[in-house]
Amino acid sequence: MTSRTGRKQMHLAAHFPGVNNTTVWTDPRSGSQIDFGSFEHLAHTAERGLFDFFFLAEGLRLREHKGLIHDLDVVGRPESLTVLAALAAVTDRLGLAATVNATFNEPYELARRLASLDHLSGGRAAWNVVTSSDAFTGENFRRGGYLDHADRYTRAAEFVATARELWDSWAPDGTPRPFAHQGRHFRIEGEFDVAPGPQGHPVVIQAGDSDEGREFAAATADVVFTRHGSLEAGRAFYADVKGRLAAHGRAPGDLKIMPGVTVVLGDTAAEAQEKAAEIRKQQVSPQTALLTLEQVWGRDLSAYDPDGPLPDIDPDPDGAITQGRVRLGDPFAVAARWRAVAEAKGLSIRQTVIETHGRPSFVGTPQAVAAELDEFVTTDAADGFILVPHLTPGGLDDFVDGVVPLLQERGAFRTEYTGRTLRDHLGLPLPRRE
Amino acid sequence: MSSPVPTRPLHLAVAIDRPDARSAEPFARAARLAEHGKLDFVTLDDTLGPPGRGGSRLDALAVLARVAPVTRRIGLVPTVTTTHTEPFHVSNAVSTLDWVSRGRAGWTVAVSTGEAAARHFGRRDTAPAQDLWREAGEVADVAGRLWDSWEDDAEIRDAATGRFVDRDKLHYVDFRGTDFSVRGPSIVPRPPQGHPVIAVDATDPLPRAAAARHADVAYVRARADAPPAAVRAVRDELRGRAQQFGRDPGRLVVLASVPVALHAAADAVALADLVGGWYGDGVVDGFHFRPGDPDRDLPLLVDGTVPVLQHRGLLRSFYPGGTLREHLCLPRPANRYATARETA
Repeated sequence: MTSRTGRKQMHLAAHFPGVNNTTVWTDPRSGSQIDFGSFEHLAHTAERGLFDFFFLAEGLRLREHKGLIHDLDVVGRPESLTVLAALAAVTDRLGLAATVNATFNEPYELARRLASLDHLSGGRAAWNVVTSSDAFTGENFRRGGYLDHADRYTRAAEFVATARELWDSWAPDGTPRPFAHQGRHFRIEGEFDVAPGPQGHPVVIQAGDSDEGREFAAATADVVFTRHGSLEAGRAFYADVKGRLAAHGRAPGDLKIMPGVTVVLGDTAAEAQEKAAEIRKQQVSPQTALLTLEQVWGRDLSAYDPDGPLPDIDPDPDGAITQGRVRLGDPFAVAARWRAVAEAKGLSIRQTVIETHGRPSFVGTPQAVAAELDEFVTTDAADGFILVPHLTPGGLDDFVDGVVPLLQERGAFRTEYTGRTLRDHLGLPLPRRE
Repeated sequence: MSSPVPTRPLHLAVAIDRPDARSAEPFARAARLAEHGKLDFVTLDDTLGPPGRGGSRLDALAVLARVAPVTRRIGLVPTVTTTHTEPFHVSNAVSTLDWVSRGRAGWTVAVSTGEAAARHFGRRDTAPAQDLWREAGEVADVAGRLWDSWEDDAEIRDAATGRFVDRDKLHYVDFRGTDFSVRGPSIVPRPPQGHPVIAVDATDPLPRAAAARHADVAYVRARADAPPAAVRAVRDELRGRAQQFGRDPGRLVVLASVPVALHAAADAVALADLVGGWYGDGVVDGFHFRPGDPDRDLPLLVDGTVPVLQHRGLLRSFYPGGTLREHLCLPRPANRYATARETA
């Protein structure tokens, strides 16, 4: 989005803390991950900060480690679309984005739920399309886990296309019209019962950095939720994905690229670095350190001391001891890298995991962070950011109070909502009716 | 007038369905009005079939989730169908409605019998209603298990051991129904009411087994000018069958579901007379009103019928409790897995 003076402005979103070890629950300020008041708090913070949208992740099966339910991270969350419908009552302009799986839902029902949210929120609904194919998750569903990995994106693409056919199915005079979709994954027909919502189509978000994920985003999505944290990687990703749009008849502004980022603020640079180090220690408890090691090694390492040295034994490349979570790359390569780090710096298991653990994306004073975020956007490494706080529910209070005003001073962020719908905030046109 | 006042409280609910729904406001207004009348709950119907004559229809559970933060006490009971939906999603959505309403959620279980709905999904043929209701009973069953799959004190946040939950208090449900299975546990912690209230329309004979086995509330549709004997017979049958399933029949609240059209204050008083009469005679435990026009009928119901019933000492004038179960005088259920673990 550009301001009246032609300056590129950023988009911001608030990610409710997830069920992984980014979220710190041992901190005394850490509140409930399930009470509605926590969702209300973060949504109010985001709206006070004039954010584009509020984002909820999804889980369809509790994670397991060594055949047991993973118990070290926050566990349990509400169903996204229902929480967002309730948040629509206590917010006015904030976009409301739900992650919903395209494998374990059906187009008619989900299109209906999303269109309902769009009506109930006055045009603020968004859908983060994710896919999965694993039999582990499928054990909770009628469909089971039979979907081939390669079919995940073809099903997701057909799912989104079908949902849009349903959202477009009403006649311009405001009456329902029959639809029929005959595809590889869905063969459905009838009449859709929800009138087109204020946005026509709810905003579609896509997360996934693989080649097929990028292609899917370029063809289909309004927003990409990416992970690229560095300026260089961000620019390369940005250029690649934006470059794919023309082939789909789309303009560069039709797709917003928003990396998920973490921010740690301090009154001085040194204080911010200290806080960041403290947070990483909280995120990697001794138990989490061992578990992370087991995920890489694919073995039971419970006999090792987290404050002692790394194991001498090699990883088991076939040791799938964690379910419901993606494994961290080639285990031999990761293990070799970790050993090198540990030896060079004389680190224990826990210290090694902390050292190699994902670092916060932006650490510094509010001034420094505002400048850095702005640089990402003005040099085309991103169109904005999805901020992932480490504390529920107050984790973005400091950012909104400290950084947002500085972004506004720079002309890098809006000073008021100029539209009512999420499409308005994102500068996305109303969809063409097919 | 000295008809004996029954010891069980009178329960009242009202449908807030309206044609051509396109925003939250009319539903919020209706629910607040019903809350002003201290009714137990509002209902909102739903189907996955084609649009009705009125035009646009919104997902009922979403509408009532949107209404939850703008109401404080009234119960919120959407219809959610079980034929083309995923039992795991249904269970999570209903328990989330309980979380966002802080213990005011219910769920009217319904099936999709029509061919039109089947074609909207394209993955199952239509089946006989009998099979669909057997499945609906299974879905209600597995939902109850999923709600119990987290014990109330499963979250421990024990920094010393690094554990957020006590995994011994999370349970696989391993449910195998006729056409589906669910492994569990739920992704949603046990909701405030333990189990949100389950309601079934038991007017037709087919749903009565599921109602007697799983429901906290059963509706029996009747016209206000019909003889009460038929309604009484259904209530007796439901209570008898509940007992056969090992339940306390007193824990099944049977409501006469009657269409109402109130044009004047006299109509509101006549409705109070009917309610008082049937209730005094022990025909039903209360009423579910279905207004023909909510904008016309609901104000008269709340400002006309309700005060008359309160004046006659039949209806409370405040909410003594906070949850829908408390309004219905139903206890918070024990957790089957906790009970099993503690007695093992």
